[in-house]
Amino acid sequence: MVYENPDGVRIGLEVHVQLNKLNTKLFCGCSTNYHDSEPNTHTCPVCLGLPGSLPVINEKAVEFAIKIGLALNCSIVEQTQFHRKNYYYPDLPKGFQTTQYDYPIAGEGKVIIEGEDGEHEVGITRAHMEEDPGRLQHMGSIDRSKGTLINYNRSGMTLIEIVSEPDMRSPKEARRYLDKLRSILDYLDVFDGDLEGAMRVDANVSVHWGERVEVKNISSFKGAERALLYEIMRQKNHIRRGGEIVLETRHFDEARGVTISMRTKEEEHDYRYFPEPDLVPLRVADWVPKVRETLPELPDAKRERFMKEYGLGETHARALTTEIKLANFYEEVASKVDPKDAAVWVSDTLKGELNYRELTIDAFTVKDIVTVIELVTGNKITEQSAVEIIRTVLDDGGKPQEIVEKKGLLKVEDDIVAKAVEEAVAENPDAVADYLGGKEKSLNFLVGKVMQKTKGRADAREAREKVLAKLKE
Amino acid sequence: MAAWTDISGIRQKIADSSAEEVTASYIETIGKSKINGFTTLSDEAINTAREIDTNGHEGPLAGVPIAIKENISTKGLSTTCSSKILQGYVPPYDAHVIERLKAAGAVILGKTNMDEFAMGTSTESSHYGPTFNPWDMDRVPGGSSGGSAAVVAAGEAPVSLGSDTGGSVRCPAAYCGVVGLKPTYGCISRYGLISYANSLEQIGPLATNVADIATIMDVVAGYDKRDSTSINRENTYSDALKDDVKGMKIGVPEEYFGEGIDEKVEKAAWDAIGKYEDMGATYEKVSMPHTKYALASYYIIAMSEASSNLARFDGTRYGYRVDGDNWHVMASKTRAEGFGDEVKRRILLGTYALSAGYHDKYYLKALKVRTLVKQDFDKALANVDVLMGPTMPAPAFKIGEKIDDPLSLYLADVNTVPINLAGVPSISVPCGLADGMPVGLQIIGKHFDENTIIKAAYSFEQNTDHNKARPPEVA
Repeated sequence: MVYENPDGVRIGLEVHVQLNKLNTKLFCGCSTNYHDSEPNTHTCPVCLGLPGSLPVINEKAVEFAIKIGLALNCSIVEQTQFHRKNYYYPDLPKGFQTTQYDYPIAGEGKVIIEGEDGEHEVGITRAHMEEDPGRLQHMGSIDRSKGTLINYNRSGMTLIEIVSEPDMRSPKEARRYLDKLRSILDYLDVFDGDLEGAMRVDANVSVHWGERVEVKNISSFKGAERALLYEIMRQKNHIRRGGEIVLETRHFDEARGVTISMRTKEEEHDYRYFPEPDLVPLRVADWVPKVRETLPELPDAKRERFMKEYGLGETHARALTTEIKLANFYEEVASKVDPKDAAVWVSDTLKGELNYRELTIDAFTVKDIVTVIELVTGNKITEQSAVEIIRTVLDDGGKPQEIVEKKGLLKVEDDIVAKAVEEAVAENPDAVADYLGGKEKSLNFLVGKVMQKTKGRADAREAREKVLAKLKE
Repeated sequence: MAAWTDISGIRQKIADSSAEEVTASYIETIGKSKINGFTTLSDEAINTAREIDTNGHEGPLAGVPIAIKENISTKGLSTTCSSKILQGYVPPYDAHVIERLKAAGAVILGKTNMDEFAMGTSTESSHYGPTFNPWDMDRVPGGSSGGSAAVVAAGEAPVSLGSDTGGSVRCPAAYCGVVGLKPTYGCISRYGLISYANSLEQIGPLATNVADIATIMDVVAGYDKRDSTSINRENTYSDALKDDVKGMKIGVPEEYFGEGIDEKVEKAAWDAIGKYEDMGATYEKVSMPHTKYALASYYIIAMSEASSNLARFDGTRYGYRVDGDNWHVMASKTRAEGFGDEVKRRILLGTYALSAGYHDKYYLKALKVRTLVKQDFDKALANVDVLMGPTMPAPAFKIGEKIDDPLSLYLADVNTVPINLAGVPSISVPCGLADGMPVGLQIIGKHFDENTIIKAAYSFEQNTDHNKARPPEVA
């Protein structure tokens, strides 16, 4: 099946990723660990843009950028350079942003996503480094604000802007692309995606192969999908009513779920780019082989290996390889129990329970899930009990073995169940007669009796089968 | 007083009496000053001197007073670039050169006047009013480091630091009859120097004699990891203080004696070159064909960089602020009131030169010309050891004479700006008087070959009396 793309939708994304796993900012020694700090406590003359201060490139940031470029199959530039992007805004302490222009660290590359019709390639145009501005905080609502406070803790944080080709054909593909990017970045250990503002998205959207519109201010992946759905609908309606789509920048209003025009092409800024005289061009070609050696196995490769090595189906393999922590967790579990059982219990049950509680895999130990899997596959506990143990560990803490004992979850022995079945049948001749006379419900009554006699520790399905077998005698 | 106006004299005086006495004596002289060279005096100077007396100090500048240009950041001491827009700004940190001076035991007397944001050749565009030339109070001291040159010439400080973007150390040195060095780009860290045109400027020392220039260079020059354009290279500048130019090859660029040069300046320069011949050097005329384009290239590059460098002065974080209904109004009003005319002119021209549609025509072309100017220097300096010519085409002009004619002011920089475009070092030394006003001889060297020009300048000083001439009031 080939996806027809009936509306001629083309989406390109510009994703700003904050490399918050670096210890220091892009051009100064200020700590990046500001998220729980008082405003303006992680600043220095450089990131405050004080007169006379000068930037010094953080080499680790360049290394991270090269790593990202390589992971996105990009070419890496021989010599990289920074430029000034000149514009006035209070969050920008120098009156310009130090960014990259015609020598971005990473050139063309590609990412494979799960598209509308199977594997789909999204081209990467470029990835470049730049500094994050500070943050404005309005006192009150934006319209009726009494003033604005500026927090420069974020100022000078390293951003990588990853620009894609307009290769996505639906909001769903855009979402998949974002998920894939996040997954790759997660593998590279360059950022913590859970921190506020770690990934910010601008989208370029067009329909019927027409003029593109830029949508800014998208702050989440879910927001991206919503913004794109709205914008595509808006453009289609506009054309249907005889309108023309013009090149413009629109702002996504997250609360209302609509996009609002900010400026047309004529109002575009002239950023007057020119090379940053305070930073000398940096030759990075020689760094590439070394950085390449540090590249981990990436999600696509890991997924294929999981399918081959552990005999997993695509769905399990995909679910288990999205996050590196989960993948590593799974591999540890798979080394101790049957890998397929491990996949079912980790990917389906455990991950489901974690997601429900908005927890990460850190909330559970390999040892505990291995215990649970061994208990259930060894026929010591029922599947329901296994789920109950996982839930208990997550909600109340404790060790699986203790929970089994405390709650009396060990399955009763077969002969005890058999004895209970015999007693139940012998003690309830009326029910037996009813069942044999065609009253299906009476079977449930008998199974209930068995469960009563075993104090609920028999497997209900097993008890039902045994009662049925007895009745057929 | 004249007996101890150089560093070795001052150190002897400190040994004989005290650092406090020396500093107090300078403060007293400054107190009687009529030249408006200082903008702010440091409250700490006398305490620093006392501490040195009490605790002793092994540094090469222990107790030596120094004056610092208004655009070099000094912790706790007003640093405004002589602009209203930085009114009240007190840096929370020291520039690299200040750290080094303090570590060497220097006593910072205060800050010196300059053209607003170093944009000028006369020190007339200062928010603090003009500085007067000690040789003639009706004349400008040159610029932009006019305060730094004038206070040294007037005996209000033995040495000072200026900055040189297109001649801003050498021009006032020439006009005030003192020695001034613009080091090779990358020699001295710019960390803490408030940028006018980053790719062109260097901090440089001014003094009454060449030996003091070398002493200051030994303290302030050297690698600083906070300035990415700083070069990691060891050098001892005072090693070059030798009276020996035998066999030295001098190149004399024809273009530096071009149209409009003052006859007496021309004569003084040729006399100096003749003196070098007497001392055993040889000279040949060389051609630097792209010199005539250097001025245009320089101003486009400097203004372009300035337009971006000065964007941060918006009244939001420090300095002068005019309130407005919203941020954009506030920033616009602040800049409208805070910057002077020349600064606004350069911001506007620089913004224009970088704008879409003009970027290639002006900014990029200026960069290409810069490369050609560099090549002129490479070629000329391949065959000779140094280049020589007059620092300024004419002696100091009268205050107010050119202030309304920016173009003629820009033209005065014709012999100094090519050096900044090329990034090579250059020193200006006094080489005589023209109608009672000092004339400067400019000696230009190869990249990082400060020692050759210091040796040439020192030898000249040893064999002439030009640097002993003092302004009438001081003498």
